[in-house]
Amino acid sequence: MALKIGQGDLRNIHRHAEEAYPEECAGALVGMDVGEVKIVVDVWRAENTHEEERSRRFLIRPEQVREFEERARERDMDVLGFYHSHPDHPAEPSEYDREHAWPYYSYVIASVTQEGVKDVKSWVLRDDRSGYEQEELVR
Amino acid sequence: MPKVKIPTPLRQYAGGNAEVEVSGSTAGEALRDLTERHPELRNHLYTGDGKLRSFVNVYKGDEDIRYLDGQETEISEGDELSIIPSIAGGES
Ligand SMILES: [Zn+2]
Repeated sequence: MALKIGQGDLRNIHRHAEEAYPEECAGALVGMDVGEVKIVVDVWRAENTHEEERSRRFLIRPEQVREFEERARERDMDVLGFYHSHPDHPAEPSEYDREHAWPYYSYVIASVTQEGVKDVKSWVLRDDRSGYEQEELVR
Repeated sequence: MPKVKIPTPLRQYAGGNAEVEVSGSTAGEALRDLTERHPELRNHLYTGDGKLRSFVNVYKGDEDIRYLDGQETEISEGDELSIIPSIAGGES
């Protein structure tokens, strides 16, 4: 699988990560799954509702996930995955990420510092939850 | 029979279905029946010691069963349960 994402959507993820810094940001990747590639058509910001430690944790509540899914379906699209930022950490999934991950979804991680976004990578959880496969990002 | 709505990321483990008919008179029984029909779902819904994973939310209509009677929440014929993800993560 690969994830196709345009410059405009990537730029929106960068901007969100930079605005939220030093806290983590998160949002949904919305578009079409056409088999070998997921095509992102839009990215939607979510509220980071984690109660504390938002510089190293994020949470998107089920009510908001449901709302994203309904909004996507109204537009004949699907929620393909989610993005979040790692302030001052690499764009690699953490053990905490793995424990909380869903299969199928693309997890785009943006590494951000005070100077801006340094790196963006996409990851998909393995079937047996043992780890991730990195997913090709097609611009 | 009551139905369980399956979210996109789990459909591949439920025979590609968006909705599965199950038997049971409580949410817990319905979920148990679901994982007996589709055993591959188990590891994604439950932890090793059999607890529902923290990011797996089960709704009866518009209400999270955690705020009803949890696994004991009663369900009847026409009821629909939905499995709804919360998305969590972070660094280290
Ligand atoms: Zn993370």
